[in-house]
Amino acid sequence: MTGATLERGLNAFKEQVDAPVAAFFSSCVNCGMCAEACLFYTETGDPKYTPIRKLEPLRRVWEQEYTVLGKLKKMLGLARPVTDELLQEWQELLYDSCTLCGRCAMVCPVGNDISYMVRKAREGMVASGNSPADVRSAAERAVRIGSPMGLKYKALAAQIKRIETESGIKIPLDVEGADYMPLLSSMEIINFPEYIEALARIFRQAKVSWTLCSEAFEATNTGIQIGSSDIARELVQRIVDGAEKLRVKCVIAPECGHAYTSIRWEGPNLIGRPFPFKVLHILELLDELRASGRIKTENLSNERMTFHDPCSIVRKGGVIDSPRELMAMVSTNFVEMQDHGKWNWCCGGGGGVSANTNAEALRLKVFKRKKDQIEQTGATKLITACANCRLVIEEGLEEYHVELPLEGLTELVAQHLVEDK
Amino acid sequence: MNESMDFLLWTRGTAFDVSVAIFIVGMLIRLFEIVSLGRGRDLAAPRGTEFLPGIRTILSRTLPYGGTFKRQPLTVIAGYLFHIGLLVSLLLFIPHIELFRETFGFGWPGLPNPIVDAAAVLGITGLLAALWNRLTNPVMKMLSDSEDYLVWILTFLPLLTGYLAYHRMINPYPLAMGLHILSIELLLVLFPFTKLMHTFTLFLARWYNGAMSGRRGVES
Ligand code: SF4
Ligand code: SF4
Repeated sequence: MTGATLERGLNAFKEQVDAPVAAFFSSCVNCGMCAEACLFYTETGDPKYTPIRKLEPLRRVWEQEYTVLGKLKKMLGLARPVTDELLQEWQELLYDSCTLCGRCAMVCPVGNDISYMVRKAREGMVASGNSPADVRSAAERAVRIGSPMGLKYKALAAQIKRIETESGIKIPLDVEGADYMPLLSSMEIINFPEYIEALARIFRQAKVSWTLCSEAFEATNTGIQIGSSDIARELVQRIVDGAEKLRVKCVIAPECGHAYTSIRWEGPNLIGRPFPFKVLHILELLDELRASGRIKTENLSNERMTFHDPCSIVRKGGVIDSPRELMAMVSTNFVEMQDHGKWNWCCGGGGGVSANTNAEALRLKVFKRKKDQIEQTGATKLITACANCRLVIEEGLEEYHVELPLEGLTELVAQHLVEDK
Repeated sequence: MNESMDFLLWTRGTAFDVSVAIFIVGMLIRLFEIVSLGRGRDLAAPRGTEFLPGIRTILSRTLPYGGTFKRQPLTVIAGYLFHIGLLVSLLLFIPHIELFRETFGFGWPGLPNPIVDAAAVLGITGLLAALWNRLTNPVMKMLSDSEDYLVWILTFLPLLTGYLAYHRMINPYPLAMGLHILSIELLLVLFPFTKLMHTFTLFLARWYNGAMSGRRGVES
């Protein structure tokens, strides 16, 4: 990130163009339908937030570098260049107003995957020095200290100790040869340590061999959010090193959307080799434990509950049925939101938006979509499976003066767990 | 009469050959430009497959998502109208099929002229509605540039001239036919270098989208 220049940015944009990108840009007919899928447009009515428009800088680079006519136009000086001013103006569009939720990619009639391209365009923004300052400093902290929130292992050790004394359950640390190595997000360590206790109780009951790793516990990846493969690679490498050192069979992504994307889908591509271990989302593992009868629940709640699908886990991650199976384990009165599963609406805080103070007012505004969706269900409790969604929704509901308790699905399963004492 | 006959012969001769050649070569270049960029091998363990989900998305994106329809009915209806009108007029009009049979030695059954005529009217209506939409819908207005309007004209002219020729509304007839053929040649020449290419590239785009999602276990 040091030495970011326009030239580097242009090169980064160029490097990001592949056959899908070229096919997408060639196919766009400017029909505007993607706008109708994006909460930043539907909640503001401002056409500048139309998803495909957010990609104008990348589109220009593609046209001028990879099409006959574009090259000709560039030679004749007829092409509209990508300038620093353009990129500055586009920072808001590529960062503040896109959560990489992928909903637009589901509706485009010609099949364009716009979020795939936003992720790529951010590489050019980082290389040209046009990424938002606070996401950038979070990324720097993550590389330097090991966590975007500046959290060191000491903080986790303190939480572990507290949980062990309060619950009387031992939390395995750095156990070589364990089957599962769960990762955590800083937010869980600081805001929702209940998650760690829930894991410990469920794993004890299911007799799962597991361990935390003191050198690789942080799952969040600011490199993915800001769009820097260099940073993302370094953070993924730490996890891979930890998992390989402990020779675990499977790494468990926590209740955090983008962490799942980074370790499950981008990770192997970032480090350039397949992982020697499996990667599962915690909900997938819990669902496996449920299906094989290793965990059971009791005293199901009949409170009306609904589930917020974290985009990265569901639409972009494919963990669609597991949360439903798990909801059925804890509640007899589960209601779906109108658009759910792969059609869910984003909470508005994904893709680094919640870490970006420039985006705050806009994020709270577009949260209205989620708020309306939740209210429509008449639920008195909201469940989700992402610490970031959870914080963003809590803040959003507060802004709109809606009182509604929120809980993580893993904790809820632990609450209803049948335990042999 | 003679001048218009000469014009017609020119459009059916040299002009036709040249424009078809530009169309074919241009298209091959454009498709090569796209496909040759390639796609990095995905090293993440797949949850699902790529091929069938890709095919599925190619088919399924032909229908709009209900939520889109509710929010933008005009875009969807105008889009269907002009695409269907165009395809029916192009592919199911008996004289077109006969021309194809003369050139390539085989053909297919067409529709009675009055039906094709009606389809052409719907197509023209659809295109006019689409233009109106582009000029007034704030999102489309903001997105559109001169190319979108050029492409609109290129698509509109063959339908319009075909309609006028069929109904003998331009005289003499060879002039009408010549104009119709010329409008198609214009379309062919510019086709590979404009977003008219979506006719072919959308299969690639939908396939990539469906395949990449399918790999993650999501039907897109
Ligand atoms: S929906 Fe697809 S084709 Fe239409 S404007 Fe958006 S990206 Fe382009
Ligand atoms: S990925 Fe989501 S937030 Fe980003 S443009 Fe698409 S719909 Fe909007």
